[in-house]
Amino acid sequence: MSAIPQTGSYLDSGYSLRSWLLTTDHKRIAWLFLLSLTLFFFLGGTAAALIRLELVTPTGDLVGQDTYNRLFSLHGIIMVWFFLVPSIPATLGNFLVPLMIGARDMAFPRLNLASWYLYIIGGLFTFATVISGGVDTGWTFYTPYSSMFSNTHVVLAIVGVFVVGFSSILTGLNIVVTVHRLRAPGMTWFRLPLFIWSTYATAVIMLLATPVLAMTLLLVALERLLGIGFFDPRLGGDPLLFQHLFWFYSHPAVYIMVLPGMGVVSELMAAFSKKAVFGYTYVAFSSIAIAFLGFLVWGHHMFTAGQSMYGSLAFGLLSFMVSVPSAIKVFNWTMTMRKGTLSFETPMLYALGFIGLFTIGGLTGLFLATMAIDVHVHDTYFVIAHFHYIMVGGMVTAYLGGLHYWWPKITGRLYSERWGQIAAVLMFFGFNLTFFPQFILGYLGMPRRYHSYPDEFQVLHVLSSAGAVVLAFAYLLPLCYLGWSLKYGRRAGSNPWGTTGLEWTTSSPPPKYNFEQIPRVDYGPYRYPIVSGTPPTETRHG
Amino acid sequence: MAEDSLPIQFVAPAQRNEAVTLAMWLLLATEALMFGALFLSYLIYRLLFPQTFAAASAQLDSMLAALNTGVLLTSSLTIALAIQAVALRRRALALWLLAATVALGCSFLILKGYAWYTEYQHHLVPLRGFQTDYSALGSGAQMFFNLYFVMTGMHALHLSIGIAVVLVMMAYVAWSDRTAMVTRRVGLAGLYWHFVDIIWVFLFPLFYLVV
Repeated sequence: MSAIPQTGSYLDSGYSLRSWLLTTDHKRIAWLFLLSLTLFFFLGGTAAALIRLELVTPTGDLVGQDTYNRLFSLHGIIMVWFFLVPSIPATLGNFLVPLMIGARDMAFPRLNLASWYLYIIGGLFTFATVISGGVDTGWTFYTPYSSMFSNTHVVLAIVGVFVVGFSSILTGLNIVVTVHRLRAPGMTWFRLPLFIWSTYATAVIMLLATPVLAMTLLLVALERLLGIGFFDPRLGGDPLLFQHLFWFYSHPAVYIMVLPGMGVVSELMAAFSKKAVFGYTYVAFSSIAIAFLGFLVWGHHMFTAGQSMYGSLAFGLLSFMVSVPSAIKVFNWTMTMRKGTLSFETPMLYALGFIGLFTIGGLTGLFLATMAIDVHVHDTYFVIAHFHYIMVGGMVTAYLGGLHYWWPKITGRLYSERWGQIAAVLMFFGFNLTFFPQFILGYLGMPRRYHSYPDEFQVLHVLSSAGAVVLAFAYLLPLCYLGWSLKYGRRAGSNPWGTTGLEWTTSSPPPKYNFEQIPRVDYGPYRYPIVSGTPPTETRHG
Repeated sequence: MAEDSLPIQFVAPAQRNEAVTLAMWLLLATEALMFGALFLSYLIYRLLFPQTFAAASAQLDSMLAALNTGVLLTSSLTIALAIQAVALRRRALALWLLAATVALGCSFLILKGYAWYTEYQHHLVPLRGFQTDYSALGSGAQMFFNLYFVMTGMHALHLSIGIAVVLVMMAYVAWSDRTAMVTRRVGLAGLYWHFVDIIWVFLFPLFYLVV
């Protein structure tokens, strides 16, 4: 196996704009995604802030209902497709997959860059939608409203999502091929870090679910533009067909949006307990099980849509089954901490926050999979609170935890631990204050997507909006101190946390091609305690 | 003979060949799921309206479609032979076979276009502004034609992409001396071509042979 001449860090391999925009280095592409995702996160967050501000009073005094509809549609479209779906796979995944499996890059570096450009083109269409007046269908584009009635820029928004879907497919393709074909010698499947298992499962869902979304959105566009009525009963179609096709993508997409977070938390649990993850194979296969079951539960979105009762029964049961692999993960994480050498640095605080919030989100999911309860809380704030606990409380928390954990590797700098801990704790409280009242609101009957509401709901809405202020602050803080650390942070050593994993055997930041010699792997991923003098992996010479 | 250098992420040419082949199969799996959404819709409506689907199917020209099936299957043969010819470095033969593939693909599109034109003349095209009359066929007939035009249209789009890809492959075969690279890429193009072919093999009985 040939050695390559050692180069400087990937950050020093060129400073021009061109060296970034035309890079094929997976680590630089991770940065491109990181920056553009952050931009979209705050854009979607601004829409959320306006929504919460409007809901402080029962009447529509900040924005009217038309603007409100555009705001929550924009919030949903941006947060789902331009932040959550690519969040961990395209940033941490891109950066870490080759490093963790002992490869010098992704299998298809140019395709990787193309994926970012598709993301940006999709983003431009979304910007164009906003500038030309927005879209008011909600992120789900439900027919017949989207196909027959909405007078907003539905096709423009759909094109944006269609294009960004291909970005997601290409990222998934790259990850699957890389994990299959580029593992270092000795890196067997059961020596892979659990982050790789969950990212791999995610990539498979991206490959198999996203094309169905693409076709579904294409059919909506064909109906609006050419009058081919797949979803219009007057033209022979059926609006419910849209819901089936849409959720065939969008329910698996929920697992695209949480599985990578679970992978990050597995890594963090091992790292800050200084202990191997309890029941490695179970955690690994639970990712695959979630990915598989995720394809069989879409019908639980249509309990009230006139679907057959027996169909709903089957979908409800299958939805319950998803909780089994999810619970395996939660129990194994807690068992990992047992008798571990625990420390509570920032990433661990985020990871613990994830476990708490994900558990609440998961358990309320069981309520919703129960038909009788779902009929009562369908399309209420209960549903909103449930999926925000998973998506924001789960995925965004894990994303931030992972970003903090690998930040010294990515940048070569240490951030302020104190500020990090403050932000993590603040996020946990802000999040609960924002979304817990929404469970109660929903149970009391507050429907989603309304800009005005009866007076008796005001106290809970004000609490929720107050929480949103705290949450916004907690999300802005990392932007400040992580940004600060880029220039002023102390230099990080190659392994500042004293943890295992091939990525920590490289310098911080890693060299351009990651490994001078492709490492030879002789151990599993979590070989604690680390005995000084024997690195967890050896380098094969010659 | 100049060979293409191995990119930094691969340690051996075999590893690269495995990676690109796997990637093409994954891409085809993605495509299969994309068509899958339409096949599923077809299945639902066929089960709901079996008689209508048979009556609507009788409106289509199945002889023309059978001829087209023959054309497309022959093109799969020519591209399979072309892959062998490239591997054996028989450049002229490979070029002829690829040209035959393109010609057969184009013939398919022309015949398909003619079929669509006849259907337009019979008022079967469910586009906005077009006059249609399905009343004789029973309810569900319009969805049959919605599905028919979208699915055959998507197939024709994929075939057009395939033709463009094969034209690029002809340029490689004609002008490139990097045999390993050309062999690899023509092989991948062949996989894609066969996939588009197989989609038609499913479309043909679903739309033309309903009884």
